[in-house]
Amino acid sequence: MKSKSYSLFLKDFHSELRTRYAINSLAMFIIVAISVIMFAVGQEKVSEGLTGGLFWVVIFFTAMSGLSRAFVSEEERGTALTLQLLSAPSTVFSGKLIFNIILVFCMNTVIALLYSALFETFIIRNFALFFISFVLGNFGLAISSTIIAAIIAKAGAKGTLYPVLSFPILLPLILTSVQLTLFALDGTSIEQAKYELAIVVSYDVIMLTVSYMLFDFIWKD
Amino acid sequence: MLKISWKIFLFLLLAFVSIAGIAFPIVENPHAWYEFPLIPGLEENAKIIFFHVPTAWLTVVAFLVSTVYSFKYLRTKNLDDDAKAYSSTQLGMVFCILATVTGAVWAKFAWGSFWSWDPRQTSIFALLLIYGALFALRSSIESEDKRATLSAVYSLIAFVTVPFFIFIMPRIMKGLHPGSADDTNAGPVVNFKMNGSMQLIFFLSLIGFTILYFWMWRLSYKTIIYRDKLDKKLIRG
Repeated sequence: MKSKSYSLFLKDFHSELRTRYAINSLAMFIIVAISVIMFAVGQEKVSEGLTGGLFWVVIFFTAMSGLSRAFVSEEERGTALTLQLLSAPSTVFSGKLIFNIILVFCMNTVIALLYSALFETFIIRNFALFFISFVLGNFGLAISSTIIAAIIAKAGAKGTLYPVLSFPILLPLILTSVQLTLFALDGTSIEQAKYELAIVVSYDVIMLTVSYMLFDFIWKD
Repeated sequence: MLKISWKIFLFLLLAFVSIAGIAFPIVENPHAWYEFPLIPGLEENAKIIFFHVPTAWLTVVAFLVSTVYSFKYLRTKNLDDDAKAYSSTQLGMVFCILATVTGAVWAKFAWGSFWSWDPRQTSIFALLLIYGALFALRSSIESEDKRATLSAVYSLIAFVTVPFFIFIMPRIMKGLHPGSADDTNAGPVVNFKMNGSMQLIFFLSLIGFTILYFWMWRLSYKTIIYRDKLDKKLIRG
C-alpha cells in the first residue's frame, strides 16, 4: 500500500511535470544569477573564499524564487480546502517536504556543477566533506523553506515576503554551510569540521521537529 | 499610593544610574566608593556598559516574553495573549535598535570600526531581521485571528534559531566580544575587572531597565487590548 504522503508527493510531481513551472523558473533563475555574478566579476580572479560565499548566495536566492510554489499553488488553485478534508496536516507536510527536498537537491547539484565548470578557483579538495555538508545543508534549506512557504501561502501569497521571512531562519544554516564549503575548498579534514557539522545536524533536527509541531496551527484555520 | 511610589522609585533609580554611569570618574586606583577602576583596553569607553548591556539584555527578554505569549496564544486562542506578544515585540524592536546603535558606537571607539561582523553583532543583526520580518508578516494579513496565529508560529520558529546565534556562533567564530572562542584576556568583564561600585551600578542599571521594560510592556498591551474592545463596541453599536 502506498502511503498517503507519497501519493501526495506523486500528485505534486505529476502536476509539476505537466506545467514545469518550478523547474523552468528555477533553471532560468540559476542561469540569470550565475551570469550576473560572472558579469560582475569580469576578468578579475575570484578568490577561493569568495566563491564559497557566492555559491550560497546563488543557492539562497534560487531557493527563494521557486520553493514557495509548493503551498502557494494549492492556495491559488483553491485546492487547499480539499487537501485539508482528505488528509492529516502532517501527511500534507511530509508530501510537500519530499517534493521540496528533491527540488532542492536537483537545483543545488546543477548549481554546484555549473560552479565547478565556470569558476577556476572552485576546486573541491575534500569531496567527502563537501558531499556531507551539501546533503545536510540541502535538508535544512528544504525543511525551513517548506514551513515558511506554508506561512506565506496562508498570508495571501506575498512573493516579496518569502525571502524576508526565510532569511533570519536560514541564517545559522547559511553561515555554517558557507564555513563548511570553505573547509571543503581548503581541504580541511572532516575531523576538524565536526563542530560545524554538528551544528548543521542539530539545525536540521530542530527545524524538522518544530515544523511538524507547528504545521497543524498553520494548516487548520 | 503603592502604584505611584514604585514609579517614583523607578525614576530615582534610573536617574541615579544615568548620573552615576556618566559622571563617576574613572581612576587608576579607586579608593572612594564612587570611583571606577581603569580597565585596560576600555578606559573611558567602559561607561557605556551601563547602557549597552541592559538594552541587549532587554532585547532578549522582550523576545522571550513575546515567544512565551505566542505559545500561550496557540494554546488558548485568546487575542489578549496576542496583544501581549505583539507589544513585547514592539518594545523588543526599540531595545534592539538601541543595543545595535550603542554597540556600534562602542565598537567604533574600542575596535576602530562601527561594524565588524563579530558573532554577537551578527546575532543582534539576526534578531533585528527577525523582528522586522515579524512586523512585515503582521502588516500583510488582514484577518485578526490569522494574523495572530501566523505571527505566533513564526516567532516560535524564529525562537528555536536564536540559540544558534547566541550560544553557538560566538563559540565557533572569531570574535571581539569578551567570552569569544579566541578571547585571550581572561573572560567576561563583569566578573573580573569591575570593582564593587561598578558592579553595583551595572546591576542596578540592569534591574532598573528591566522594571522599565515591564512597565512599558504593561502599558502598551493594555492600550492594545482596550483599543480592540472599544473598536468592537463601536462596530456593534
